[in-house]
Amino acid sequence: MKSLILIIIGGALINNVVLNQFLGICSFLGVSKQMKASASLGGAVIFVITIASAVASLLYDFVLAPLGMAFMKTIIFILVIAALVQIVEMFLKKKSPAVYKALGIYLPLITTNCAVLGVALTNVQNGYNFIESVLAGFGTAVGFTLAIVLLAGIRSRIHEEDLPAPLRGAPIVMIAAALMSIAFMGFSGLAL
Amino acid sequence: MKNKYIERLYNGLIKENPTLVLMLGMCPTLAVSTRAANGIGMGLSTTAVLILSNLVISLLRKVIPDQVRLPSYIVIVASLVTVTELLMEAYLPSVFEALGIYIPLIVVNCIILGRAEAYANKHTPLLSVMDGIGMGLGFTIALTLAGLVREVLGNGTAFGAQVLPEEIEPIGIFVQPPGAFIVIAVFIIIMNAIGIKTRQRKLVEQDVCDGNCASCALICEEKNELKEEAAKE
Repeated sequence: MKSLILIIIGGALINNVVLNQFLGICSFLGVSKQMKASASLGGAVIFVITIASAVASLLYDFVLAPLGMAFMKTIIFILVIAALVQIVEMFLKKKSPAVYKALGIYLPLITTNCAVLGVALTNVQNGYNFIESVLAGFGTAVGFTLAIVLLAGIRSRIHEEDLPAPLRGAPIVMIAAALMSIAFMGFSGLAL
Repeated sequence: MKNKYIERLYNGLIKENPTLVLMLGMCPTLAVSTRAANGIGMGLSTTAVLILSNLVISLLRKVIPDQVRLPSYIVIVASLVTVTELLMEAYLPSVFEALGIYIPLIVVNCIILGRAEAYANKHTPLLSVMDGIGMGLGFTIALTLAGLVREVLGNGTAFGAQVLPEEIEPIGIFVQPPGAFIVIAVFIIIMNAIGIKTRQRKLVEQDVCDGNCASCALICEEKNELKEEAAKE
């Protein structure tokens, strides 16, 4: 039980997917302008990554590994993720048009969000079983959401400031991300 | 630039450098630039995949139906990445160890799908290969440069050889994750300050949003903001 909690905390805080492993940087920098949109994207990412980790883990354990096709994992995983994103998109369009409208073009981008594929591959690499994979996926996605919502909060403050021209746009966001990353490094001191 | 094949190389290396000008493929740039040698390893493996994927996609450009082109590209790229991964594991185990998870993640590197969509599916195989070489080397150079800066500042070495005098204490933070953000931010600040327009800026001004890459989100968002500002005035 303790090890399962450690997987979640490790994924969310200590090895934060964005600030420590640099996965999902594109959407982290691109969709963090408004708090609401980032929170919705975070929700979608939690949903997609958790399901993708579960499906990828089952596929690997019961199809790829027994058939000796472990080397096919990159191809299979990316296709499964692409299909999943499509399903989530259709589901949201039907069930909650408001969220769908808020996310707009960002939802299909989850396919190219390397965090999703990254988590699925890391789970296999670490030899996690089904439950561990799901929890690791969930923890990682929570970490992503935490980071993107925090950055959105910081950016809404930066937005009001009068910055030197060369710093406007991407550079100042990256500097904010660097400071957040330094803060998150503190978590590696957690005695676990 | 009369020769259009040479022009492709110039385009990839300088004019539309994928990392510094197009701002694509940020994840591997930030992640593996802790050492200059890692930059070369990652850059060259991406280059290999990019050249081959451009070639295959260009050869198949009349065969693949338009509606299913993206899934087809992803399958092609993923197969090529798997081949590269297995070859590296067999022949370059030390590089494979150092780059780890970022090798299979070449699949989702925006540069590769971006070039397939923006160039290879409209041009001849030879031109597409030259485009792949130019873009790949442009990526490699940017990665190695970032790696070199981080390695010198954070570790006092360049390509593993000591360059800073031993008495100078290296600034460890530069080889840690925060250093990646700082170094790339400074690169972009320098480019902005000396007036090189990143393509993102150009696209925002021209009011187009091509490609289907994550960078597009950035473009669209800035475009809306510019429009809002214009509306206020």
